[in-house]
Amino acid sequence: MQLPVEIPGLLNYWIVIVLMMVGFFVVISHGNLVKKIVGLNVFQVSVFVLYITMSKIDGGAAPILDDAIKNYSNPLPHVLILTAIVVGVATTALGLALIVRIRDAYGTIEDDEITNQERDDA
Amino acid sequence: MLSSLSPHLPIIQVVLPLIAAPICVIFRRTGVAWLIALVVSWLSFGISIVLLEQVISNGPISYLLGSWPTPWGIEYRVDILSAFVMLIVTSIGAIVMIFAPNSVHMEIPPDRTYLFYTMYLLTFTGLLGITITGDAFNLFVFLEISSLSSYVLISLGAERNALTAALRYLILGTVGATFYIIGVGLMYQMTGTLNITDLAERLPEVASTKTILVAIGFITVGIGLKLGLFPLHVWLPNAYAYAPSVVTVFLAATATKVAVYMMLRVYFSIFGTKMFSALPIDELLLILGLIAILSMSAVAIYQSNAKRLLAYSSVAQVGYMVIGISMVTTTGLTATILHLFNHAMIKCALFLVLAAVFYRIKSVKIEDMAGLGKAMPYTMAAFIVAGFSLLGVPLTVGFISKWYLILGALEKGWWPVAGLIVVSSLLAVIYFWKIIEIAYFKPRPEGAAEISEVPLNMLLPIWVMVGSNVYFGMNTDLTVSAAMSAAKSLIGGAP
Amino acid sequence: MPENTIIWSIAIPLLGSIGILLTGKIANLRETITLITAVTTFLVVGSLTPTVLDGARPSITLFEFLPGLKITFTVEPLGMLFGLIGSGLWIVNSIYSIGYMRGNNENNQTRFYFFFAIAIASVLGIAFAGNMLTLFISYEILTLCTFPLVTHSGKPEAVKSGRTYLGILLGTSVGLQLLAIVWTWHATGTLDFRAGGILDGKVSGAAVSILLFLYMYGIGKAALMPVHRWLPAAMVAPTPVSALLHAVAVVKAGVFTVVKVIVYIFGFEFLSESLTTNWLVYVAGFTILAASIVALRQDNLKRRLAYSTISQLSYVIMATAILAPLSVMGAVIHIAAHAVGKITLFFAAGSIYTATHKTEVSQLNGIGRKMPWTMGAFAIASLSMIGVPPTAGFLSKWYMLMGALSVEHYFAIGVMIISTLLNTGYFIPIIFNAFFKESDHKDGHDDNHGEAPLPIVIALTATATGTVLLFFFAGIPLELANQVIGK
Repeated sequence: MQLPVEIPGLLNYWIVIVLMMVGFFVVISHGNLVKKIVGLNVFQVSVFVLYITMSKIDGGAAPILDDAIKNYSNPLPHVLILTAIVVGVATTALGLALIVRIRDAYGTIEDDEITNQERDDA
Repeated sequence: MLSSLSPHLPIIQVVLPLIAAPICVIFRRTGVAWLIALVVSWLSFGISIVLLEQVISNGPISYLLGSWPTPWGIEYRVDILSAFVMLIVTSIGAIVMIFAPNSVHMEIPPDRTYLFYTMYLLTFTGLLGITITGDAFNLFVFLEISSLSSYVLISLGAERNALTAALRYLILGTVGATFYIIGVGLMYQMTGTLNITDLAERLPEVASTKTILVAIGFITVGIGLKLGLFPLHVWLPNAYAYAPSVVTVFLAATATKVAVYMMLRVYFSIFGTKMFSALPIDELLLILGLIAILSMSAVAIYQSNAKRLLAYSSVAQVGYMVIGISMVTTTGLTATILHLFNHAMIKCALFLVLAAVFYRIKSVKIEDMAGLGKAMPYTMAAFIVAGFSLLGVPLTVGFISKWYLILGALEKGWWPVAGLIVVSSLLAVIYFWKIIEIAYFKPRPEGAAEISEVPLNMLLPIWVMVGSNVYFGMNTDLTVSAAMSAAKSLIGGAP
Repeated sequence: MPENTIIWSIAIPLLGSIGILLTGKIANLRETITLITAVTTFLVVGSLTPTVLDGARPSITLFEFLPGLKITFTVEPLGMLFGLIGSGLWIVNSIYSIGYMRGNNENNQTRFYFFFAIAIASVLGIAFAGNMLTLFISYEILTLCTFPLVTHSGKPEAVKSGRTYLGILLGTSVGLQLLAIVWTWHATGTLDFRAGGILDGKVSGAAVSILLFLYMYGIGKAALMPVHRWLPAAMVAPTPVSALLHAVAVVKAGVFTVVKVIVYIFGFEFLSESLTTNWLVYVAGFTILAASIVALRQDNLKRRLAYSTISQLSYVIMATAILAPLSVMGAVIHIAAHAVGKITLFFAAGSIYTATHKTEVSQLNGIGRKMPWTMGAFAIASLSMIGVPPTAGFLSKWYMLMGALSVEHYFAIGVMIISTLLNTGYFIPIIFNAFFKESDHKDGHDDNHGEAPLPIVIALTATATGTVLLFFFAGIPLELANQVIGK
């Protein structure tokens, strides 16, 4: 049976979409703040995969200057994603730091409990 | 010396605050950090003026980082729009830094104040970088620099709600930024370039492919989150309400403005006006903008915290700018760009007043502001004038932007839109007047502590801002001509 | 230089307001400055009159506001007349204010005089505005600077009335008038007041009607029903404010703007060709009658006068909307005639309040014998409102009737006749009871009072005399009115 789409060639893209949706779903649905940050990470990683995938060409070798190599994969997205990873790490670090402070202040890291406390404050 | 520096002004503009930020950390002294932030802000303000003059007389400036030619290297590009937005950001920064010390030292624990100035400088770097860069991915980096540091700034607020507000902003902000790079990635996939000018040249070939349409969608949502575009604004009211007063002033006056700039840049410099015939983005923006100006103004009426009230008003004001964009005409964009400038001045003045009020009465609840009209006459008078500007009373800047916005709507024949714009400005009268009535007609509660005017270094920035609200409301030469030529180049510039 | 004189006539009250603020601590000096400013302003405004009567139209542009839109002041006959009335009555009103504010020990008198002077400056800004934008700006400033005067007492009811005042005036001007102005600019590319109008050939069909509607209801100060409610609300203000601002300056600014818009923006011929003003005649006619009937039922004297003002304002609108040259002339004269008459009535109301603290019509039995000057002036002004010769009110009504007859507008004629009867109905009983009925001593008020303080009596006598003098010496207003209709 022929599948409507060619899975192997687009496998990476499917992974991107699945990761993206999983990550996004966790961010939205989970009440635990740490889990939200984890979801955010998964979401970001899906984009890293997207960039890395697009840089690869059929039969392309690593981009090292050598007379024998005619076809290079594009190195630029790798570099871009290095930057993006750094940004992602920083975001995670900051997010976790905030969560630590939130736990100090509220005694919980569950979103709905925090919301309840905030409502009581107001 | 100076003349040899002048071709490098675009990079100095970004690097100066970037280097200054860690220096603040090295000294670990509040006073020094403040002085550095102050000097850097004013230097940047000076550079912005020079850049704007150069752009007006010689046309756009292109600066190649490390002299790598485009599209391989990163290009910094200053055209009239970016110079104008840069002027907004730096002038607000310069004013806020004069105002800051008293307010900051009262609201932020002394062992952390130097970090406040560090983070301020980083936010400043990020915002300037966004306006100046000509590279779509570099823009993302600056976006994250400004966002990450502004999350920290917000979390410095005294109440514990500041922490949750910062975290919620962090989550949504990161989602937004990630959406943006997804969009950029898809564009790169189709064109193989990240340089904005280059992208604009190569995109038309592939403009109707699904990939590009999806990219537009991702970028719109991503920027919309940063912008506080209704209904993606949920992070904004809390973030503004619980951040330290000075932070609210700075972010409200600059951050959303820079996001609007990003939107203009991406839509008009990269995709070009043809995009709107492929996707009904303009209609979407119009509808969201209209809902924003009406519903958010209505929500603002019911707020009991003045900072939250003005935060909702900011979401509504973003609606005006978005409506201007949705017109896709020179007049509409002129209105948007003008309002960018004008609203920055209006909200800066209003939030400065609230910061001054908080400095004296330790609260910005509207009911606590009773009797302030007598107790702090100069501060509250400033609030009235700035408020008039928000309402669009003639001879203030608010009138100018409203004039162009209505004119733009009439040019398009959008009667109901013009009508709704005036209706929403009447809603603004209601929420603004709520504060005025309490401040002027209710006496101070019995037994409340005596309060006096704020010190001169707080009053002066307030009145400078109020003064420019009136000055630019009467002398519209600079603002209107800059906004108009920026709008013309956006509409006609891209294919 | 007449051009500089225009600037001075607006600048002097502004400078005076600063002087008032600076001398706020010394009451006598402050009042002296108010009086000097008022007299100087009137003289400066008056010095423009010969120039305008000679047919010159001095004009000065301050600065360019937006590309193509300038802040310009131009003096033309209608504005001249309005400027003369406003600045002239300010002198009398200042004298009166001194008596009233001191007699009633009002608080915050410096703020009162300060905003009063600014209000006069913006009234002159309206009068001399050379284009619709300049007019609109002055109009909005007038709304905003009269707000502190309306809410002067700071009591909850004053705050509530202030809300109505501001809500209606800002709502209509921003919601409708601004829209109309931007539309006009969009359609014609100019906002100048030009003889013959600027809209001719630029808009047509239903657009003309909509635009006229936006303008007429956008000018909330003209108090066309149903946007009249701000005027009774404004009566919580101290009486000098009600007298000069809410019987003369602010409301006249409204009808003045109406006449300006119809004559110089739309243009007579254009409007009579497009036949869109008929509804306006009916609405104005309805307002005249309805407001008069409401006035009949008001027991509070100031509220009765306020509804009478609403009705009288619509005379001006109706007479203009008939589009007959004679009736427009009548409308222009009515601006002057009603001004002197109504200010006298308010002066009298304030005089009664200062002397006796009475506010209701039913309390006034027999008061005429104790306050003969006040009630005498009241009687003369009432006759002018009704339109009995020899008072100014007769003059304007005469021209308006002649105009209506010349185009055979029987609805308008009927309205004028019925409303004259109604005017009689709500004024004559007051006078009759004041002079011929015994006071009934029931309401617990102290009846051992005499006339009000001298400044008050001087002021109301002066305006009552003016009402009569305007009938006999109507040369200048008539000549100016003649020039408005282009003869």
